[in-house]
Amino acid sequence: MTSLRIFFIGGLTSYRALFNWLTPWILVPSFLVAPLFQILLFAYIGRTTRLESDEFYVIGNAIQYAAIPCLFAMGNTIGGERFQHTLPLVLATPAGRLPLFIGRSLPVIVNGFLVAAFALVAGGALLGVHVPLSAVAPLVLVVLITSFSCTGLGLVNAALGLRVRETAVLSNILFGILLVFCGVNVPLSSLPDWMSTISEGLPLTHGIAAARRLADGAGLGSVAGLIGAELLIGCIYAIAGYLLLRLMEVESRRRGTLEIA
Amino acid sequence: MKALRLIGIGWVFQLKMLSRSEFDGLLGVLWPLFFATTAFFMFRTTHDSRALLYAALGSSVMGIWSSTSVAASSALQRERWYGTLELVVGTPAHFSLVLIPITLAMATVGIYSMAATLLWGWALFGIGVHIVHPLLFVLAVPVTILAIGLLGFLLSVTVVRYRTAWALGNALEYPVWLVCGFLVPLSLFPGWVRPISWALAPTWGVRAIRQAALGGSPFWPMAACVGLAALYGVVGALLVNTVLRSARRSASLSLT
Repeated sequence: MTSLRIFFIGGLTSYRALFNWLTPWILVPSFLVAPLFQILLFAYIGRTTRLESDEFYVIGNAIQYAAIPCLFAMGNTIGGERFQHTLPLVLATPAGRLPLFIGRSLPVIVNGFLVAAFALVAGGALLGVHVPLSAVAPLVLVVLITSFSCTGLGLVNAALGLRVRETAVLSNILFGILLVFCGVNVPLSSLPDWMSTISEGLPLTHGIAAARRLADGAGLGSVAGLIGAELLIGCIYAIAGYLLLRLMEVESRRRGTLEIA
Repeated sequence: MKALRLIGIGWVFQLKMLSRSEFDGLLGVLWPLFFATTAFFMFRTTHDSRALLYAALGSSVMGIWSSTSVAASSALQRERWYGTLELVVGTPAHFSLVLIPITLAMATVGIYSMAATLLWGWALFGIGVHIVHPLLFVLAVPVTILAIGLLGFLLSVTVVRYRTAWALGNALEYPVWLVCGFLVPLSLFPGWVRPISWALAPTWGVRAIRQAALGGSPFWPMAACVGLAALYGVVGALLVNTVLRSARRSASLSLT
């Protein structure tokens, strides 16, 4: 019962604290305006190079933008607490670490989902991309699972935040890696083999591929493998992130570097 | 003469301060490289070496704008955090002469990113940068930096009442990359976008750099850059007066 309380109430409180500084003045330009311009930028480069259709860039960039809230918000669970000088207080509690950290990731998944969904709808409307009505529900599922897998990577990012002082820089670098490697704007077949091999182990790759197929009219069953792979990758990152958090926490306590990284 | 000395010393001082953080330096170089790499992969499919060079030159200027947009929009806020805003406002020098070197230094730092992008394109994508007019190229780069720096100055003054201006600066990164034709020809955009592009100095800066490198006459784009830079400077200086008067009257100079 205590764990459930920490999971839900702790997660919600942490998220509300995040939104205390994440005001609409930050939220609107960062989560609503920026993804639309990223979509437009690459859609227009795509029109210049005649590489792929507008639909390809709308889906790729909209879903990839879920990485911004997922990476930054998770990074801030550590970086933000340290900035507010509450990190030692949080980690000094006897609360179970699993509900403590996983609870904080639940609202982040919802946030990532909403950002990607808005970008998909608004980006699609701006560029005149039409998705079959039958694909909407499966797309919601894919975007949700992709947000989960990105949050898994975000958990790893949060753990590294116990060693790296600049979590925002780290989040930006991870975002850039996902942009280049995951077939967001360049089909995996056009990337060097070693890059497409790496992309198989990253969040987003399978989710974006599944979303593109669904938008082209494929049924949910035909992309089940891709969705399953995305879910599995998300679970692996979430577990790795949790274990890394525990390890880094112990290390930070031993070195006395909780507040200084 | 005193004004030029102040700008010169302030620029060197700010450049040294901006070069202190390894993390910021790393991100400043890496961030545009992610986008440049994606663009190179996309342009590579055209099998046109000239298109790749076009993309490389455009991408190289992206970093100059990136290093300016976020940092310049929060330049005054940062002075507030440091607790130095009142001190610099209180000096007898006009405040714009204090602020211009800051934004010029931010744009200058982008030259690392420019060099890194061209090197990256050459080393990994085999994009040879054969410059037709080397001297004009060397001239076009600082002119572009000057114009982007002064656009940053105007931005920093315009958004002074916006408490979280860094977010706005962040959101302005992609639109300028897009409408200034860094990677996309302006002819692809709807007609109403073009006047916006013409009013933005980076449009002329990247055009001057391209024409110096690929052949053509970079003089007019450079002249447009200088003209717009002067306009940004004058408008920004006038705005500074209004903003400072308002902040002094309402005693809100140090409020975050």
